[in-house]
Amino acid sequence: MLSWIWCIPALPFAGFLVLAVFGGRLSRTLTAVIGAGSVGLSFLAAAAASALFVSYPPAGSSYTLLLWQWVNVTGFSPAISFTLDSLSVVMILVVTGVGFLIHLYSTRFMLDEEGYSRFFAYMNLFVGSMLILVMAENLLLLYLGWEGVGLCSYLLIGFWYTDPENGRSARKAFIVTRIGDVSLSIALFIIATTLGTLDVREIAQKAAAMWPVGSALAVATAALLLGGAVGKSAQLPLQTWLPDAMAGPSPVSALIHAATMVTAGVYLIARTHVLFQLAPAVLLAVAVIGAAGILIAGLSATTQRNIKRILAYSTMSQLGYMFLALGVGAWSGAIFHLVTHAFFKSLLFLGAGVVILAMNHEHDVFAMGGMARKSPFTFWTFLIGAFALAAIPPTTAGLSSKDLILSQAWQSGSAGKVFWALGIAGAFVTSVYIFRLVFIVFGGKPRAAAPAGHAAAPAHSHGAPAGTGAAAGRNGMQAGAVMGLPLFLLAVLCLVGGFLSFPQFLGGKPILVGFLQMTLPQGAVAAEASVQTEWMLSIIAEAASLLGIPAAWLIVRMRVRALEAGGAPVSAAEPAHVRFLQGGWGFDWLYDQVFVKPFMLLAKVNVRDVVDRVFDGVGGLNMLLSRGLRWTQNGRVRWYAAGAAAGAVLIVAAVVLL
Amino acid sequence: MASVSPEFALLLAGVLFCLGLIGVIVRRNLLFILLCVEIMLNAAGLAFVVAGARWGQPDGQVMFIFLLTMAAAEVAVGLALLILHFNRRKTLNADMMGGG
Amino acid sequence: MNTVFALSACVAVAATVLTITRRNAVNALLYLVVSLLAVAVIMFLLGAAFVAALEVIIYAGAIMVLFVFVIMLIGHESIAMNPRAWIGPSAMSAVLLAELAWVLARGKLGGPPVVEVGPKQVGIALFGPYLLGAEMAAFLLLAGLVGAFHLGRRRS
Repeated sequence: MLSWIWCIPALPFAGFLVLAVFGGRLSRTLTAVIGAGSVGLSFLAAAAASALFVSYPPAGSSYTLLLWQWVNVTGFSPAISFTLDSLSVVMILVVTGVGFLIHLYSTRFMLDEEGYSRFFAYMNLFVGSMLILVMAENLLLLYLGWEGVGLCSYLLIGFWYTDPENGRSARKAFIVTRIGDVSLSIALFIIATTLGTLDVREIAQKAAAMWPVGSALAVATAALLLGGAVGKSAQLPLQTWLPDAMAGPSPVSALIHAATMVTAGVYLIARTHVLFQLAPAVLLAVAVIGAAGILIAGLSATTQRNIKRILAYSTMSQLGYMFLALGVGAWSGAIFHLVTHAFFKSLLFLGAGVVILAMNHEHDVFAMGGMARKSPFTFWTFLIGAFALAAIPPTTAGLSSKDLILSQAWQSGSAGKVFWALGIAGAFVTSVYIFRLVFIVFGGKPRAAAPAGHAAAPAHSHGAPAGTGAAAGRNGMQAGAVMGLPLFLLAVLCLVGGFLSFPQFLGGKPILVGFLQMTLPQGAVAAEASVQTEWMLSIIAEAASLLGIPAAWLIVRMRVRALEAGGAPVSAAEPAHVRFLQGGWGFDWLYDQVFVKPFMLLAKVNVRDVVDRVFDGVGGLNMLLSRGLRWTQNGRVRWYAAGAAAGAVLIVAAVVLL
Repeated sequence: MASVSPEFALLLAGVLFCLGLIGVIVRRNLLFILLCVEIMLNAAGLAFVVAGARWGQPDGQVMFIFLLTMAAAEVAVGLALLILHFNRRKTLNADMMGGG
Repeated sequence: MNTVFALSACVAVAATVLTITRRNAVNALLYLVVSLLAVAVIMFLLGAAFVAALEVIIYAGAIMVLFVFVIMLIGHESIAMNPRAWIGPSAMSAVLLAELAWVLARGKLGGPPVVEVGPKQVGIALFGPYLLGAEMAAFLLLAGLVGAFHLGRRRS
């Protein structure tokens, strides 16, 4: 009945193929239809599959579709097979649904750019790879999708390739995630050799049977999987690539670096939860990494000037929440937060895209202002997104998921209470940075858009044709219908999305969480805590978030007052602690000193490559021999006779002596 | 049983052969080179005869006859070529033989 | 008979050494003839009378004469020799002559008897098992003949 689910990843791949081959010759409209339409059709297919799955749940609450055998050697035979269980249902709906909205948005957003069809080809390839990743039944196919999304991330970050800075950011993203990929592949090797299979279900059974809790193999494998996850999800210590990845267009940031690709790490840990449950030490590490990420990224976000970098650090911070959730045992909570995060973060990115476009690709928040008056629609949708991020009612999306995570953290032992406290602090910081952004960009006096061709100061500029300003000016700051519809729909989802799994003590039903628990384990705590505790926790969390708003207001006022009073330019040198936070807590500098500089030194020393010299040496030896042997061809007859005689003597000697 | 020990006779043949070889390599005159080739052939023939006499068989002598025949034919043709070469180059210097 | 053999061997080696070191072609030729005669004597001692005779007749008699003819044709060195050139060959030939005389006078070679392999045996072998070889030798001679004739033709 569900044997057609292979269509779900196949449709975007088909779109990619068509656009890659014919893209240059198709009109913009047709490209847009193919690009966005393929993802839209995929969404319809995913929705239909999900409906069927929910109404007629297959046996064992998962459905596997075997397409063909990929490798077939004794002891190792992974296949191309897709699996549909509650986790993958949720993921494909998110990927295709939010993906379609973003594709729709970018049909208008990228309209004035060159490489229109190239953009949609890459985006379709990305969606296809991501769908393979989440629908894969075995880890090898998952790794295929994993690599595919990494490739597309590289291609799309460096989309405006004429600026070498963009290429540098793309390379940085690729290389840093590559380190994670290596870790992941080592984990796959260990699993394949010790358990003999890469099938997720079989791994669960065999690992539970063969590896005792806390055994070295389990810890090693889980740690290596974690290494892969932190690379893709931009957590410590591989988080340095995400802020620079904002060099790509805004829809790319929305889709890849907010809603889907960066959540692949979270998905991986959720998928292989059995292995993590066998290694409690690694689970603790997951939680620690998550908690650290929340605060490090959050604090960094409060000082950023580039609007997209603020959102990038925000993504890092929210991913930290997901990791924290996984670490304390709120498996379904992490996925729920993944879903709601996809809603509000992509909304924020798309809204930021509208602002950037209207300001002629200006990225510095201090060059913007008073957008609320210029474009109320953008302002209100962005505000809804901000509320969702900060988990403030009336938006329910961020509220429910964050609540779930924090209450689970509180209930999971003494370490849990520390994590809970850090989570509360994180909520406060989140509120601060997002409302700082809202106040600076949307509040205050309107500033004139920078003239066309103005290069954004600290932002990564891109080779935008001069016609961009005219296009934005056509509808001024207004998001057109095509861009506005996704914003509207996402805003609605932010408002009501929380009802998917509203906390019980508030009278809601945990639909999504219950659905996910068909596949994922329940939290460490079987029963929920008392209603009173729940209320207490919720109120404290809300208070933290709400306190952030006046704090942000104060910060902005101080800055504006300094501006008006001293008249000092906004881009004056910042004090040291601000610069430290702006630079992402100095991780970039650290990695530069420890890894990059020695490597470049080594490369410079080895400029005339040692290994190459060996091969050159073979050639050189050949030349030497040839030069030597050339003397024997001197055209002198007696020399040849003598040579023959000498040879004969040698042969006779050899025969006689040996 | 021969009165002459085959070892000495073979040694003689070997010595003669080496002398002939030295002559081929050392001398520059084409005629001398041919002459020394004859020396070598003769030495080889002597070796055959010695071997045949050692076993008391006529085979050694038969080989010598063939060798003789071959030497004769070779000398005939070789000397004809030498004459032709001399008529063209006006010299019998082997060093001048190469090239154009 | 080892003395005769030793003497002849010394003559052969000495004559060959002198052959390859002479400047004058005719001198070298003469020494070579003496060397061939000495080798013929050795073959006699081995009991191979037939080939000894052949050595003298064909090798020393025909092939060396060919060389002489060529020297005459080329004529790049004076054919005339100074009388001093006669000394060496004469001395060696005298030695060989002395040996011959001594053997003839004694009437027999002396020493242990030599197994003779006579012409009859050689002939039977040549036209028996080695018949094919004999025919091919004939081919070779024909080829040599035709080749020499063709190469020596006056180009018209």
